[in-house]
Amino acid sequence: MKAVKLKIISNHQVSERYWHMVVDASELREDVRAGQFFNIRCAEQYSPLLRRPFSIYSINKHNRTLEFLYLVKGAGTQRLTRIEAGERLDIFGPLGKGFTLHENGGTVLMLARGVGIATLAALAQEAAEQGLRSVAILSARTRNDLLAAEKLRGFGAEVYEVTEEEGNSDVENVRKLIERIFRKYDVRAAYTCGSRRLSKLLQDITAEKRIFAEIALEEHMGCAMGVCFACVCDIRDANGLNRTVRVCKDGPVFALEQVVL
Amino acid sequence: MMDEAIQELLQLEVRIGSLRLQNPIMPASGTFGEEMDSVIDFNRIAAIVPKSITKYPRKGNATPRVCEVPAGMINSIGIQSKGLEYYLKKTLPYYRQYDVPVISSISADSIDEFAEMAEVIGNVDNVAALELNISCPNLKGNGLAFGMDPEVTRTLVRRVKDVTAKPVIAKLSPNVTSIQEVAIAAEEGGADGLNVANTILAMAIDIHTRKPKIGNGMGGLSGPAVKPIIVRMIYQVRQVSALPIIGCGGVMNGEDAIEMMLAGATAVQVGTASFINPMAMMDILQEIKEYMIRYKIDDINDIIGGAHKLSSAP
Repeated sequence: MKAVKLKIISNHQVSERYWHMVVDASELREDVRAGQFFNIRCAEQYSPLLRRPFSIYSINKHNRTLEFLYLVKGAGTQRLTRIEAGERLDIFGPLGKGFTLHENGGTVLMLARGVGIATLAALAQEAAEQGLRSVAILSARTRNDLLAAEKLRGFGAEVYEVTEEEGNSDVENVRKLIERIFRKYDVRAAYTCGSRRLSKLLQDITAEKRIFAEIALEEHMGCAMGVCFACVCDIRDANGLNRTVRVCKDGPVFALEQVVL
Repeated sequence: MMDEAIQELLQLEVRIGSLRLQNPIMPASGTFGEEMDSVIDFNRIAAIVPKSITKYPRKGNATPRVCEVPAGMINSIGIQSKGLEYYLKKTLPYYRQYDVPVISSISADSIDEFAEMAEVIGNVDNVAALELNISCPNLKGNGLAFGMDPEVTRTLVRRVKDVTAKPVIAKLSPNVTSIQEVAIAAEEGGADGLNVANTILAMAIDIHTRKPKIGNGMGGLSGPAVKPIIVRMIYQVRQVSALPIIGCGGVMNGEDAIEMMLAGATAVQVGTASFINPMAMMDILQEIKEYMIRYKIDDINDIIGGAHKLSSAP
């Protein structure tokens, strides 16, 4: 775990609200897993002051690059858009605990919304590398926000898209879609990121079907190293007691059944 | 790069009462923990300052617990704590592997509880000093922070001093009309050092949701935004007290640390800076050495309070 300055290969706008950044990770010594994140310094100045956590969109082992797909939301991400190819970016990581993929031959289901889609794209890539079939339901406000769908298809995932724009993103519709997928495939693991509502839905379904499931959580962070206790969430332990844990250190990936949503 | 041999000759050791520190740079409580051992070498900092400990486990406050403001950060963590028992069994023993002193930061709800905890923790052999977080509210008093009242501060420090032989550092609250009055009170109570200061009470509101940006409503401001206020407070405390001061608030680099030492600080704590640059403490130490070489300063103690000698300010 170390802060390093990595070279930016490209950083450009890909839709109205999203940007895509490719970083040369050849100087990074640690292995990176899907679900882990990097805490990035968006500007060499005191405002915006704090680093911003970004999950990994794609881990390209062959050419040793990392990709980030980020939503431009506030001062930090706005400043990040001004960093150009060739410049070096101060990134700290990889941090946190990634997803667990089991080599059990079944199908993995992914349910993601908004910027959470980027987090699961890296998992679809890892699943493909392990020869696992993945089926993904991607939810967003507009079709324009679903640009990662092609990336997931590129990793061999079967992708279902739902949006407010098309009026098919409500929880009931997603529930029906999940049930159809369960009838069609032997789903043995499920993963989610980006929506409390959809995570709750997946929590209920996977609990009922007793299927392994994980969630990647997002929270405002301070140190991202586990020392400041800013980014916390509640989980239910084996004894049914609620415990406050750190998203950055104990997560950001947790067993879905444990997270109090 | 500077010649390492020259750097080796620099005298960086400072003292807080009987506590000897190999250099003036240590972490601020709440911004440091075991998890940082893969980022920095703990044996190179002045002291280990674990997060404030409370007698009983505490859940902490609602999220969001931090928010960013221009050149600063507001936090209200609520001292999430595993309690004294865990601290004695796990936290303190873990730090035995390092060769630097441990300063235990204590937080309590009453003067009695401060004394009780200080006695127990003071008896642990690898605890070198105690730092009293007197910015927390006095639940058996009027609910105001102990450190907001000079009389309460004096009594609290005295009670703690009565039960432990270890050096006691009072971490003052900046949320007072006169930091000098509270500093004098802590000195009269027998404190061996003063930490100036805790975070500054602050607030930020999201204009879109019309709600406070942190779960607890208000929180403590830290980061570069607070540094000029803290430098002023260190300067003022130095004017009225002979006690060694640990400066704390917004130090981001070596220049900031030197500035605090010139105002009167013997040592400096680094907090928020470590969130932005996890290696901040190491970089600050290096920059202090470069400053010493540039100005031909052999002993860091020679600059402590340096601004007072040159200034005619009251």
